[in-house]
Amino acid sequence: MKYLANVTTLQFFSEKCTGCGRCVEVCPHGVFEMRDKRAMVTDRDRCMECGACAKNCEFNAIAVSTGVGCAAAIINSLIYGGEPSCDCSGTASSCCG
Amino acid sequence: MQMIQTLKFVKKEIPAWTAGSVDTPAGPVFRVSSDWSRADYWGMIKSRVSAFRMNYSVEPGLYAVGDPTRDSDVFVTANYKLTFDVVRRSLTGMSAWILVLDTKSINVWCAAGKGTFGTDEVVKRITLARLSEVVSRRRIILPQLGAVGVCADRVQKDTGFRVSFGPVEARDIPAYVGAGYKKTKEMSSIKFSMLDRMVLTPMEINPVMKKYPWFAGGVLLLFGLAPTGILFKQAWQFGMLFLALGLAAVLAGAFATPVLLPFIPFRSFAIKGWITGLLATFLTLQAMGGAPGQSVFLLVAAYLLFPALSSYIALQFTGATTYTGMSGVNKELKIGIPIYIITTAISLVLVILFKIREWGLL
Repeated sequence: MKYLANVTTLQFFSEKCTGCGRCVEVCPHGVFEMRDKRAMVTDRDRCMECGACAKNCEFNAIAVSTGVGCAAAIINSLIYGGEPSCDCSGTASSCCG
Repeated sequence: MQMIQTLKFVKKEIPAWTAGSVDTPAGPVFRVSSDWSRADYWGMIKSRVSAFRMNYSVEPGLYAVGDPTRDSDVFVTANYKLTFDVVRRSLTGMSAWILVLDTKSINVWCAAGKGTFGTDEVVKRITLARLSEVVSRRRIILPQLGAVGVCADRVQKDTGFRVSFGPVEARDIPAYVGAGYKKTKEMSSIKFSMLDRMVLTPMEINPVMKKYPWFAGGVLLLFGLAPTGILFKQAWQFGMLFLALGLAAVLAGAFATPVLLPFIPFRSFAIKGWITGLLATFLTLQAMGGAPGQSVFLLVAAYLLFPALSSYIALQFTGATTYTGMSGVNKELKIGIPIYIITTAISLVLVILFKIREWGLL
């Protein structure tokens, strides 16, 4: 299953990559693969912007603006202001918990 | 600190899932059983369907499975009881340590997104449990999905423990350990099977159904309204179809769309929900013999309102999927919300026109 095409904010700067393989280890959608001792992006549209890769890249070779991909959270933040977050237990929405 | 904590816990009720304790250089630690009792199964069911899960937790800290030694692995997990139960069951027959973080009774992935399953919490728990005295190897194994909140590099700098991100699913732990701490591609990708999606639907349907009485009240009031007051017979006669359509839209958006997700065309959740909603509206109208009084106004209103409602509800499921990102959901909402508002407004106008005609004013 893939979500919308060409929307992800994922950026990969291959010149900074040292080939440690952390991104391959953490990405839950197999976006990264090791080729010739360096990481490369295989399928951008599989990225869900969770941010695990960027958080664990010691060399700042990855950037992505992360956030919750949750309609209820985004609608709540539009109505009540603030960043969208999963803290919607009080409003009985369909969030994770 | 650990001693005080341990004493505090002993005074409390000892959880049924423990099986004695294990002595460590850092004090006694509960040994956990790998078996699930009836209470554990019942807890799982309750947390799948209700807000019960909000407080379904275990005490954070270190636990033992089997007879772990200084050389045993340390698996880190969340203190949501269901998560903890899945981990201890996965470790059946093994000897290992489990380090439970305080994630406020929330599962690994969601807690990592919030930051409670985070770098600081890992560092804090390693220190509180005096892990460096309990094990000789400086390596901890985290669930892969915890990587959203935990920076492995910083944990190592702060504690000396190297972080390995294990498999996504706890049930793959034995295979991961057996393969020399290597993950297959399979183990490191998150799946979203029909069963996975199905168990999430009660928490999609429940919140919407809480709002259903308001919708029902509005529909009955609108259809019952007459120049002479509220006619209950009329409210029921005309309102019943809309109540059924509303129910069909809820089931289409909160149940059919999630369950049939990959089989419905288009990637957009709004479009998927609209398609199932359209189908549900059509089938319900067929089953109930068309719009009341064969009114074209009501027919058009129904086809505008209910597929849009299903679409909106289906969009809510983006919060529970394993693959939708914020940029995509933002895009859907930017296009969707104006359409939802316009279609709702038009259908309301059409129903009012129907009423005016019914009263003979048009």
